[in-house]
Amino acid sequence: MTTPALTVTHLTRLFNVSAPWLNRVIERKPMAFLRAVDDISFTVPSGGCLSLVGESGCGKSTVARLVTGLYQPTSGQMQFAMGKDGKPLAAQMIFQDPYASLNPRWRVFDIIAEPLRELKLRDTEAEIAERVGELLTTVGLVPRDGRKFPHEFSGGQRQRISIARALATEPEFLVCDEPTSALDVSVQAQILNLMRKLQDEMGLTYLFISHDMSVVRHMSDQIAVMYLGRIVEQAETEVLFADPKHPYTQLLLDTIPNVADPRRDRVPQSGEVPSPMNPPSGCTFHPRCPQADARCAAERPEMQAYGDGSRVACHRVAEAMAALAVPTVGNSTGQRLSA
Amino acid sequence: MTSMPMLDVRDLRVEFPGRHGSVTALDGVSLTIAAGEILGVVGESGAGKSMTGLAVQGLLEPPGHIAGGEVWLDGRRIDTLSEREMQHVRGREIGAIFQDPLTSLNPLFSVGRQLIETIRLHLPLGRAEARQRAIALLAEVGIPGPEERVDHYPHQFSGGMRQRVVIALALAARPKLIIADEPTTALDVSIQAQITSLLRKLCKEHGTAVMLVTHDMGVIAETADRVAVMYAGRLVEIGPVADVIARPSHPYTRGLMGSIPTLGARVPRLQQIDGSMPRLDAIPKGCAFNPRCPHVMPRCQTERPELRPSGSGLSACWLNTQAQERAA
Repeated sequence: MTTPALTVTHLTRLFNVSAPWLNRVIERKPMAFLRAVDDISFTVPSGGCLSLVGESGCGKSTVARLVTGLYQPTSGQMQFAMGKDGKPLAAQMIFQDPYASLNPRWRVFDIIAEPLRELKLRDTEAEIAERVGELLTTVGLVPRDGRKFPHEFSGGQRQRISIARALATEPEFLVCDEPTSALDVSVQAQILNLMRKLQDEMGLTYLFISHDMSVVRHMSDQIAVMYLGRIVEQAETEVLFADPKHPYTQLLLDTIPNVADPRRDRVPQSGEVPSPMNPPSGCTFHPRCPQADARCAAERPEMQAYGDGSRVACHRVAEAMAALAVPTVGNSTGQRLSA
Repeated sequence: MTSMPMLDVRDLRVEFPGRHGSVTALDGVSLTIAAGEILGVVGESGAGKSMTGLAVQGLLEPPGHIAGGEVWLDGRRIDTLSEREMQHVRGREIGAIFQDPLTSLNPLFSVGRQLIETIRLHLPLGRAEARQRAIALLAEVGIPGPEERVDHYPHQFSGGMRQRVVIALALAARPKLIIADEPTTALDVSIQAQITSLLRKLCKEHGTAVMLVTHDMGVIAETADRVAVMYAGRLVEIGPVADVIARPSHPYTRGLMGSIPTLGARVPRLQQIDGSMPRLDAIPKGCAFNPRCPHVMPRCQTERPELRPSGSGLSACWLNTQAQERAA
């Protein structure tokens, strides 16, 4: 995991959500833009797995679509590393809903063969058939299943078909947008195990998008937590779970129902994600943050790197770390921290 | 439990007649819920957990019907009531909370109007009194500024707030039983915790019996008192929530618990149950779980196990019966 497979710098995507032109002229309304992804930077380690987590509307799926080229970025760069064949890595995508992402009128064989035919990766039908059979076997189905239609499969089997289709072009980079959230837990375990196995065997790199912290913990090497279009904290998985720094990460980890150690008497933190149409000033989390002060409302915190490899965008964390690094006697912040 | 249970379902059987014979969606489901108790019902899609809730409310889609068994609510048999009588039971005695808060509210009426309509249908209150009660209900479910919010329309509320309105509607007539079908599935985790703790609080305060239907073991672990695990239309295990989670007795429950990624220790590979749940028209003979079970015995393929005491709960598995016979 030395060179990053994907380097994203200052990526921003706006959506034009203005009223129609005539309304704007008559009602004198300005153009309106929604900042779905707001100046984010991250790297995905080669052969590793970076997960983006966050609640609905935080922009994680927009990042997935930007990375696969389904949306064009408004500004910022995405740089894929060179693959085995000397060309930039090819990215493929696995979608959330295996009921919607497979054409119900096509046989499974044609669904998986389409990328091969479209990109002319095999010359003859016989070679295509061989490759499709191979792919079906890889994902735990049998070549015979190619003759069936998607409706003849269960949800988990359909997601296996989506994975086979994504693998058809031999990509080295897979973007997985909530691949298991439409599945039952026992089936989710099958798919997660399959994805881990494929990663080990083929050296795949994953950009994994999920709202489920326990799934993310199982799958990823690094985690980036998103809130209202921004990354608020990024760290190695074990570091993030052992020592979450950003108050939003702490809130997320705190609210997950834990099967092994249920806390039935907890008092949940109140508040909800504000509308991304009209995000709060400064740090967008400040209206919900228990540690917020005037500075948080006024000034947007920048990402800062810390000793354990984590990067956090929070004034409080930055202040606490600065106080720890330079302990000044009599400083009230320092005393509070050491107490 | 010495007192009479609030809800008592006995050997419930639901069938859907079709062209190729009838399909059994629920087969011999028996469960009880006491006043002030939350019973979690878990299982994978198609296990019959929602069907159980619908059958209790008399809301089965025709041609589906109750083909056997009894449903008792607070000492009164309700599965034999006419549709007219059932309409008075629903809302008045049984409240319902559904998964999607947007589709269970009418977008054309303010939430106050919907609440007042429900209150006046079931309780002998005047318009002004009903409005006061609607505001009190909104305050009770934790909606800030209920005096103004009562006149707002559903689209003006966020997802979590809408689900609170739905809970207020379910509580409107002070029902004895609330059936909550995946109440938190459409919500984000930080909101989910708020809704489950609200449900717990209201249930304890009013002594309402709650049937909490969900696929999420985490929600069950933190909310329910007892849990019933369903598989292919049958109950495989039922018992106190801590025992079922810490010491699951049925191999299916054990597999289900093992397949959940935990926040604790990280494992290289999740335990998985191979295969998937059988279709309802092709349920295997004997124990429905036998083709996927790692401990399958010849007896499992021919004879169906009944629910037998196992630990502090009940479990339907020949392994336990065998262990008990050996001990005896």
